[in-house]
Amino acid sequence: MNLKHPVRGRFGAYGGQYVPETLMTALDELEGVWHEAKADAQFQLELAGYRHAFIGRPTPLYAATRLGAHFGGAHIHLKREDLCHTGAHKLNNAVGQALLAIRMRKPRVIAETGAGQHGVAVATVAARFGLECAIYMGTEDMRRQSMNVRRMKLLGAEVKEVTSGTKTLKDATSEAIRDWVTNVGTTHYIIGSVVGPHPYPEMVRDLQRVIGDEARDQYLSVDGKLPDVVVACVGGGSNAIGIFTAFLDDKDVSLVGVEAAGSGIKSGKHAASLVAGRPGVLHGSYSYLLQDGDGQVLNTHSISAGLDYPGVGPEHSFLRDLERVDYVAVSDKDAVAAFKLCTRLEGIMPALEPSHALHQAGVIARELGPGGRILVCLSGRGDKDMDSVEAQGEVEN
Amino acid sequence: MKTETARLDQALRASGDLKLVAYMMAGHPNKKKSLEVGKKLATSGIAALEIGIPFSDPLADGPVIQHAGQMALEHGMTVGASLELAAAIAREGIPIVLMTYINPILSHDPRRFAAEAAQAGVSGIIIPDLPVEESEPVAGWLRSASLDTVFMVSPTTSPARMASICEHSSGFVYCVTVTGITGARHELPSGMKDLLEEVKKHTDLPVAAGFGISRPEHMKALRGNADAAVVGSAIVSEIDKGEDPIPLVKGLLKACR
Repeated sequence: MNLKHPVRGRFGAYGGQYVPETLMTALDELEGVWHEAKADAQFQLELAGYRHAFIGRPTPLYAATRLGAHFGGAHIHLKREDLCHTGAHKLNNAVGQALLAIRMRKPRVIAETGAGQHGVAVATVAARFGLECAIYMGTEDMRRQSMNVRRMKLLGAEVKEVTSGTKTLKDATSEAIRDWVTNVGTTHYIIGSVVGPHPYPEMVRDLQRVIGDEARDQYLSVDGKLPDVVVACVGGGSNAIGIFTAFLDDKDVSLVGVEAAGSGIKSGKHAASLVAGRPGVLHGSYSYLLQDGDGQVLNTHSISAGLDYPGVGPEHSFLRDLERVDYVAVSDKDAVAAFKLCTRLEGIMPALEPSHALHQAGVIARELGPGGRILVCLSGRGDKDMDSVEAQGEVEN
Repeated sequence: MKTETARLDQALRASGDLKLVAYMMAGHPNKKKSLEVGKKLATSGIAALEIGIPFSDPLADGPVIQHAGQMALEHGMTVGASLELAAAIAREGIPIVLMTYINPILSHDPRRFAAEAAQAGVSGIIIPDLPVEESEPVAGWLRSASLDTVFMVSPTTSPARMASICEHSSGFVYCVTVTGITGARHELPSGMKDLLEEVKKHTDLPVAAGFGISRPEHMKALRGNADAAVVGSAIVSEIDKGEDPIPLVKGLLKACR
């Protein structure tokens, strides 16, 4: 099994560059600059410096013993991406792409955001490197993630409200691409996940794989062995690809990606592209997609703004078809319960996105029993989700 | 009664004048009205009619055409119904070019789409999110159904890509004159004339200019530089307001001569 993709921008059948002609030259340029930077020791040194002193890497690997005991005695470890500066793994990618924007002499960066974590990460690097910055965000997400909107504005970014379609991440991404088509000469588009046209899925993966590279070393040095299972949530899928990549060649390690089942797959109100979609083209690449019989992209639902997206990164589609990764879906209700459980038992308030993965980790822990070894990517922290969780009902005392 | 499908490369070749291509969205503001408008446009003196098939996420379109597509979808417009509409309008004897995004075509099955479009009397297809690099096997199916595949060049297209795009294009070459999305603009970009001249060096096909073109003075500026002008958002705006777009079209046609 050859997992060293992409080949000509494709992960198996998935990926590609389905974009307006106006962007093709910019994508070529980006691919060239990225490969040049990757091979440049000076760039790598600079990136490593920012990872250490600005982002706060390496992030710890934490033994969640009380969660483990609760779920029947398995060993559960959390990769603490919630401890990254700005509160999520998103900054790993934003720092790398900001350095590329500077390399390409583009004074302006734009981004889409759902939960606001990627928007905050991009606004943060724009402030740090003195770049002009616009963040596209749907009205609905601005409402449910209002704290992140305030953070972005304080950081100096212009937050552009997107009122079209479902007013969430999908529409924010479309608007960001339209901005890029219009301002491509001066602007770099920092896509926040392993989605979009080539080279983004590959480039964002390469910038996020630090999560898994660190976690694998940390796990081995603590335990002397690898985990049985690695679990991560999947919206576009960048934290999942980030942690999975280091383990792809470890045949005995199972990989589990957790999508948002929303109100339940059968209800139709969900965001589980890999579990319930079929391949199609959205935002520049061919991948599993939630669409109707006529090829129109469907509205999605998840309590978690970061997972509320009808598409998914093309490499995930490839890994799904190869059956290297199992993809499952977890409901809003179960994610909220896992959010509360982790907060109460570990003193760690996870974001709603990785709360989906935490629920699934509990299911797997009960299957494996005592002695089972599970690694979970805790991709972000949950302060931003307090309102959404409280709206689900009283927090029991 | 199926007549011989009109040839785009002949219909759009300028001969002293400038040819006009009008754009409308299938199913906007609803199915019935768009058929009426389409038939009127077909007999208004334009050289070809471009019909948009609505897609939920049109990346190359500005607010006017986005809105028109959304309305059409809300009224239940489908790929199949769009092809039926195209067939009814094609019977007026006007060359029809469909414009839609790749996903509805993939979902419909490209081979079936090509066959049904040809059956409907359509002459060619424009797919703005399908660059030449990604065009097979879809373009192959379109070719084998004798449909023209129109590719786009833009102000950011490199010379090497321009040669390849012109080589892959049939019917005409669509020159996107602005770095941006569809939508009426006051002024045409300053580099437009040079861009059109450059495209002409790479192809013997007619060259149509589009995106941002909306006014009679734009027609005057394009005459002699392009074979045809595509006007979209300005016409769609009229239809959206419930106005008859024909006076606008007549004004544009007058400036083409």
